[in-house]
Amino acid sequence: MIINHPLLGPRDAAEFVYLGDASLIDRPDPNADDAAEAFYEYGYLRDNPAGEHQELWYHEQGDRSWLVVTRNTVTHEITKVEIAREIAKSRGRSR
Amino acid sequence: MTEQSNRLAHGGLINRDKRLSFKFNGTGFKGYEGDTLASALLANGKGFVGRSFKYHRPRGIFSAGPEEPNALVQLRSGAHQEPNTRATVAELFDGLWASSQNHIGSLEFDLMSVTDLAAPFLSAGFYYKTFMWPKAFWEKVYEPLIRRSAGLGQLSMKDDPDTYDKGFLHCDLLIIGAGPAGLAAALTAGRSGARVIIADEDFVMGGRLNAETYGINGMEGHLWAQNAVAELAAMDNVRLMSRTTVYGAYDHGVFGALERKTDHLAQSNGKPRQILWRIYSKRSLLTAGATERPIAFPNNDRPGVMLAGAVRSYVNRYAVAPGHKVSVFTNNDDGWRTASDLQKQGVEVVAVIDVRNAPAPVSLNGVETIHGAHIVDTAGRKGLKSIKLSNGKTIATDCLAVAGGWNPNVHLTCHQRGKPEWREDILAFVPGGTLPAGMQVAGAASGTLTLKAGLQDAAQSAETILNDLGMAVKKSESFEAEDEAHSATSFWHVKTTGKRAWVDLQNDVTTKDIKLSYQEGFRSVEHLKRYSTLGMATDQGKTSNIAGLAILAECSGKTIPETGTTIFRPPYTPVPIGALAGRARGKDFRPYRLTPSHKWAEANGATFVETGNWLRAQWFARKGEKGWRDSVDREVQMTRASVGICDVTTLGKIDIQGKDAAEFLNHVYTNAFLKLPVGKTRYGLMLREDGIAYDDGTTARLGENHFVMTTTTANAVLVFRRLEFARQCLWPDLDVHLISTTDGWAQFAVAGPNSRALLQKVVDAPFDLSSEAFPFMACAELTVCGGTPARLFRISFSGELAYQIAVPSKYGNAMMGVLMQAGEEFGAIPYGTEALGVMRIEKGHAAGNELNGQTTAANLGLGGFVSAKKDCIGKTLSQRPEMNPEDDIRLVGFKPVNTQDALLAGSHFITKGERENMANDQGWMSSVAYSPSLGHSIGLGFIKNGQSRMGEIVKVVNPARGVNVEAEIVSPHFYDPEGGLQRG
Repeated sequence: MIINHPLLGPRDAAEFVYLGDASLIDRPDPNADDAAEAFYEYGYLRDNPAGEHQELWYHEQGDRSWLVVTRNTVTHEITKVEIAREIAKSRGRSR
Repeated sequence: MTEQSNRLAHGGLINRDKRLSFKFNGTGFKGYEGDTLASALLANGKGFVGRSFKYHRPRGIFSAGPEEPNALVQLRSGAHQEPNTRATVAELFDGLWASSQNHIGSLEFDLMSVTDLAAPFLSAGFYYKTFMWPKAFWEKVYEPLIRRSAGLGQLSMKDDPDTYDKGFLHCDLLIIGAGPAGLAAALTAGRSGARVIIADEDFVMGGRLNAETYGINGMEGHLWAQNAVAELAAMDNVRLMSRTTVYGAYDHGVFGALERKTDHLAQSNGKPRQILWRIYSKRSLLTAGATERPIAFPNNDRPGVMLAGAVRSYVNRYAVAPGHKVSVFTNNDDGWRTASDLQKQGVEVVAVIDVRNAPAPVSLNGVETIHGAHIVDTAGRKGLKSIKLSNGKTIATDCLAVAGGWNPNVHLTCHQRGKPEWREDILAFVPGGTLPAGMQVAGAASGTLTLKAGLQDAAQSAETILNDLGMAVKKSESFEAEDEAHSATSFWHVKTTGKRAWVDLQNDVTTKDIKLSYQEGFRSVEHLKRYSTLGMATDQGKTSNIAGLAILAECSGKTIPETGTTIFRPPYTPVPIGALAGRARGKDFRPYRLTPSHKWAEANGATFVETGNWLRAQWFARKGEKGWRDSVDREVQMTRASVGICDVTTLGKIDIQGKDAAEFLNHVYTNAFLKLPVGKTRYGLMLREDGIAYDDGTTARLGENHFVMTTTTANAVLVFRRLEFARQCLWPDLDVHLISTTDGWAQFAVAGPNSRALLQKVVDAPFDLSSEAFPFMACAELTVCGGTPARLFRISFSGELAYQIAVPSKYGNAMMGVLMQAGEEFGAIPYGTEALGVMRIEKGHAAGNELNGQTTAANLGLGGFVSAKKDCIGKTLSQRPEMNPEDDIRLVGFKPVNTQDALLAGSHFITKGERENMANDQGWMSSVAYSPSLGHSIGLGFIKNGQSRMGEIVKVVNPARGVNVEAEIVSPHFYDPEGGLQRG
């Protein structure tokens, strides 16, 4: 597979490490009342779609960017590659 | 027999000036440069070259290409021996040595040919039916017997002496197959300036143009191909790769290709034998041509029965007559071409039998042409002698050319699950469904089976691709060539009751086997394949799949497209494991990383051990020491008595900088780091988000915004990856940056009561090492040896007064020497990983055995390190009640009651008086060592409620090793439990 890195252009997937569902960005608020339940879901429950899937890839043999790759799990077609840090910020993560 | 008795006097693309000698089954033969082993064998009248897989029937050369099911040989000898080589693609070289395979005794008198007499019992699925009973017989009797009698060639069982390489190529357009279509496309794309790779499995480009008598633009076809290749070779933007099989189409335009660099030479002379290429293409064009298929009829497997197109290849390309009285059996116009080509070359054609009742598409002189008939039997055990027709006639013939129509080579279009579609007008499957990204198909591979149309189709495809890529087309090409007659009828097999008609020659599958499979309920194509073995083994059914499918369709009364088709997986043809491995063999499969002081350690008698991917000194044996324990005990004792030095560079080091560095550490460590003063080091514990303990280490604050973290050796890479995730994805606005400096700094533990005195001689003045100025857990940046930058940490893994000193890696080996020299007056010794391990167990520190992915901070006795005042990764889930049960396990120490007893890691604990079974399991021993400081075996382990069972005697049992001893539960801190020494 080839991942079109937003900063570095097309790179072989062998340069990357796969983590999983991009929902791992959405770490729950530990101070919320339902934190235990939310962390349980965050830690263990994932969708497993046949089709479009947003997932985290780490450019370990490259610039060490975490990327959010939108990939079709059936055809491996990659339709979007984004910098995970920017996605995280757009989803309201800060510090 | 005279030399090359079947070689024609004229013609062929062989170099008659270069005679080559080769041996087959020990007999010497001659051939010419440009021959394959198969053509050279045929030139010498050797048509019978092997035995079949199951029935050991005599078999001959069937094809002239990679589809060959029969002529598999062992090529070369000794360690270079390669089994199952298709003689039809093995290029002849001087001194080639080959032998036939799959027979006991000689090829002519194979003792295993008795299996043919047992054929009635060896029908489809016979393994499943026959060897079911008695059960115990399978492993001991049946399987070894089957393994001996079946199988094809044999491995040498020696190390492969050849080398293989891997390489990477990039292009705009990859053209797969350099036949007329491929070359036409390459010319168009090449002239337009595209970066083109054109690959072909053959050693001469041109494809069927070399085997046929076609003309293009007024030139003989093979000469047109030669000119095209010459023009392409002169272009800088085109790479021609002959002897290269593109065997797989992978995601996003990535292809696998195998280039045979020296297979056609007697010796590889140090060059790689083969290169496995990974080709990155923006677009690809499959111009892989088509493969001819046979017709099944009774006893159609005799040597001398060949594909009609192969017969043309041998006559036209190799100037070899595969027989002296050739006959043709066809269901289409193309078969007739064989007869006319043979006549042109002066080879006698005795008959053409066409299953159709249609006029002859070509006129032939002196040839008996029979229409509307078929073959009902053949004779000649070791070589065809005659054929018997449905009209009762028997014709004497020594070579029968069978033309059953052509199948487009759709293989690579299926590698991303594209499903071929049936085209009734050409009676064949063509590429269908979703093709691999960026792939187009042209020429015969796409079902455009005639020459002129194929050339135009390919040139047109190249233009479309160029437009797609935004490149201007330089010059459109038009071709003068014929569109040869190719009308055909669907005639797949001669219906037979008694005699066997072979569909799959390689696996000995007959029409009867297919019908039987159907009767027994194996009615999907995939089931048919598994049950009957149709289409398996090295040829993957290249000549048999479609006929098998047609017969299955007939059984069910369905059409072929309703019945389905098998799709193809990579590889297109077999790829040697050696090529897939490349240089990553033996130790190179997983190279070591060497520590900075490796050379010093090597020169000083170290025994090395692999830890993770590092090679580390395990101990340093001295003269007179009888075993590793002697060395390790001494290293521990001398370190504790004076001073020892150990290379600990392998611990992961992460440089953390930024205004929010301390806050970042608070997120990833369970304990607090905000208030760690500059110049101090703190132990840190990390959890996984699910609450399990993950890794530990020390982190030093070198400046207000500058920390240096250490991780365990094993998790160095993983922790860094996690930290980057936390930084980029979880807390993206923190001002913090990370860099791995594991390789940047060589780090040494200097441990023991004399460590301060030793280091005093190394650090530059005025640095003060006194306990007041540089107390336990202090850290500093300083210089050593007169100006070399260094970092010093007063941390202790051994429990002694100890330091870790780091210098830039390039000074590491020298630093080891400097430290040892400075320590000479104290009797300093180097110690390895074993002594390191013993001292950490004596001290009760958790390591990999304890941080094993199953234990919590509380289990490790580190519950106090989980700060109640802040969040951190893993904290929420670590508080789940399920992870904090009443009778939770706790890490404690174990001391044998009888100090002569040796404890064993992996043993389980049983309360005294209870039975030793799973229900009474109390926990397990994770680490043990012989403690030279205490003079007996000691252990660390997890046991239920360990913290409140001090002094209790438990049973330590290991039924698998027959160990059952008693041990007392003690504090895990065996050595200096108050920690006075390390603070001293």
